Amino acid sequence: MSAFVGKYADELIKTAKYIATPGKGILAADESTGTIGKRFASINVENVESNRQALRELLFTSPGAFPCLSGVILFEETLYQKTSDGKPFVDLLMENGVIPGIKVDKGVVDLAGTNGETTTQGLDSLGARCQEYYKAGARFAKWRAVLKIGATEPSELSIQENAKGLARYAIICQENGLVPIVEPEVLTDGSHDIKKCAAVTETVLAAVYKALNDHHVLLEGTLLKPNMVTPGSDSPKVAAEVIAEYTVTALRRTVPPAVPGIVFLSGGQSEEEATLNLNAMNKLDVLKPWTLTFSFGRALQQSTLKAWAGKTENVAKAQATFLIRCKGNSDATLGKYTGGASGDSAASESLYEKGYKY
Amino acid sequence: MSCFTTKFADELIANAAYIGTPGKGILAADESTGTIGKRLASINVENVESNRRALRELLFTTPGALPCLSGVILFEETLYQKSSNGTPFVDMLKSAGVLPGIKVDKGTVELAGTNGETTTQGLDGLGDRCKKYYEAGARFAKWRAVLKIGENEPSELAIHENAYGLARYAVICQENGLVPIVEPEILVDGSHDIHKCAAVTERVLAACYKALSDHHVLLEGTLLKPNMVTPGSESAKVAPEVIAEHTVRALQRTVPAAVPAIVFLSGGQSEEEATRNLNAMNQLKTKKPWSLSFSFGRALQQSTLKTWGGKEENVKKAQEAFLVRCKANSEATLGAYKGDAKLGEGAAESLHVKDYKY
Repeated sequence: MSAFVGKYADELIKTAKYIATPGKGILAADESTGTIGKRFASINVENVESNRQALRELLFTSPGAFPCLSGVILFEETLYQKTSDGKPFVDLLMENGVIPGIKVDKGVVDLAGTNGETTTQGLDSLGARCQEYYKAGARFAKWRAVLKIGATEPSELSIQENAKGLARYAIICQENGLVPIVEPEVLTDGSHDIKKCAAVTETVLAAVYKALNDHHVLLEGTLLKPNMVTPGSDSPKVAAEVIAEYTVTALRRTVPPAVPGIVFLSGGQSEEEATLNLNAMNKLDVLKPWTLTFSFGRALQQSTLKAWAGKTENVAKAQATFLIRCKGNSDATLGKYTGGASGDSAASESLYEKGYKY
Repeated sequence: MSCFTTKFADELIANAAYIGTPGKGILAADESTGTIGKRLASINVENVESNRRALRELLFTTPGALPCLSGVILFEETLYQKSSNGTPFVDMLKSAGVLPGIKVDKGTVELAGTNGETTTQGLDGLGDRCKKYYEAGARFAKWRAVLKIGENEPSELAIHENAYGLARYAVICQENGLVPIVEPEILVDGSHDIHKCAAVTERVLAACYKALSDHHVLLEGTLLKPNMVTPGSESAKVAPEVIAEHTVRALQRTVPAAVPAIVFLSGGQSEEEATRNLNAMNQLKTKKPWSLSFSFGRALQQSTLKTWGGKEENVKKAQEAFLVRCKANSEATLGAYKGDAKLGEGAAESLHVKDYKY
């Protein structure tokens, strides 16, 4: 094998496969302190630890939500937090069949000499950090690489740097028992059409899988978190079926069958759009050797956040809203979503922010 | 799409898919004049055009054989030859639902500074040659790249040169209506174990698919012709199930689902070995989004050649021997081979020739 098969190999394969269980997906609740601050600001909630804890407790104790989730990505602070009656979040999740994951990258920095392209930091002492996270109960990790489409972007430098960074992160995770989610996000910003997005996505994914091979990553113990293939944010929208076709074609051309699951990011899509697109992909009658599911942040939490607005008396209502999105996406992984899950206007609200920074 | 757009796209996709029809495979009858000379010498037959033509007529007119075949690879001379009743071979094949293919490479040359590693020639004027072959009735092409396993082999140079040569050949074929068979053969020569072969095969295939992506090749309109993953020729043999497991895993880790079919080369395997190994792969219960079939030369013709011995009166018996191998391999593509094929003379004989040169 050209893959590194360490002591965690069997566990990695089992965990990755479980996360990819049809009917389940990932809640991306790993907003950094800075990013969650922006969310809180939008609902006039103070960005203090107790509020951050309260939001996550709201989500993790939503009745009925657990069966829809195979994993939750956490920020480091949350990994060590507890519920209000003292139970560690990781224990609560594990007891309910939801695997805790951890965001391990340290954000993006500009690549000098490029037109605002970036690379992602976080490799220093990553091995040691992974070991600590494993001890704390995490079993998968996430690292977000970011690329953009422009006249001369993404550049070969940006593609190589980001692909190699992802590969190095991935192998370090596997050495330390964490399934790496490989996330090469191609931003939706721009006026390009869907074909351009498809071409770039294919080129980026091909580079990513070459890098993973070079670094001896065990593909059966990884997950992919790509963007869906869509027109640029400044271009006219297209039907979910079109997005499904271009996305699945791009993945069939680049993602080896050994990868057990593909967990899409939602980017700036509204809650409803993201669910409809995922559903269309799972309905597509074409051979897909990996499961297609979700790893949504904003697209699972947007209307829940608004319903909560930081008030205890709104918790039950917010949790009911959260459950609707969880169930909708769970159905979408099976191609069974019938649309309009929530009459809530927030569900249709675009979550797109130009030049979005985590 | 990162692949290029061509007027031949639909045709390429349809032809590649057809070649991968379960129950069918490819007869590699593209031995160059020099190589067929060696075969004919082994049965004391003179290497003249009429004998070369007679052999191919024997094969193509075997009652019941053509339904087992989706394609035949021809050498240039054969593309323009006719049967004894004046029917061009290509017409005979086409009317029986067998696509004619053409070998387009011009053999290997050594890479200076390496330990006997090679690259493949044939790119000069390839586009024009492909056009002519298309006009003559060919619908697919084949180009053999060769790598070897050794202390320091395959080197990064050999991998890169051969992968990018294959990619350049592939896109030129597609521009001219021919489905390219991509053949990165890793020779079986050596005393390495099956794990080493697996590691090298995965590395080589990953490089090939990166190169194909870089060159904008339409994967849905290609075929892959790899070696099976086996122990080296000087190592102990293993069971077909073991070969199947390592081979299919290597392919799962590297070959995108967009590739419709994988048509194995037989290398130095005996007729019976090659069939059993292919059969075991098709029986394996695991993800296989491409069909697994054969593109055999020696492993389809060995016992037929011996039975023929160049004599008119042996044609019928030789054709019977050929049909036995065709049917056995057809069954193997369905995982239905029972191993009871009447073994012709030499069917179990290893066809390994150390440092085999075409």
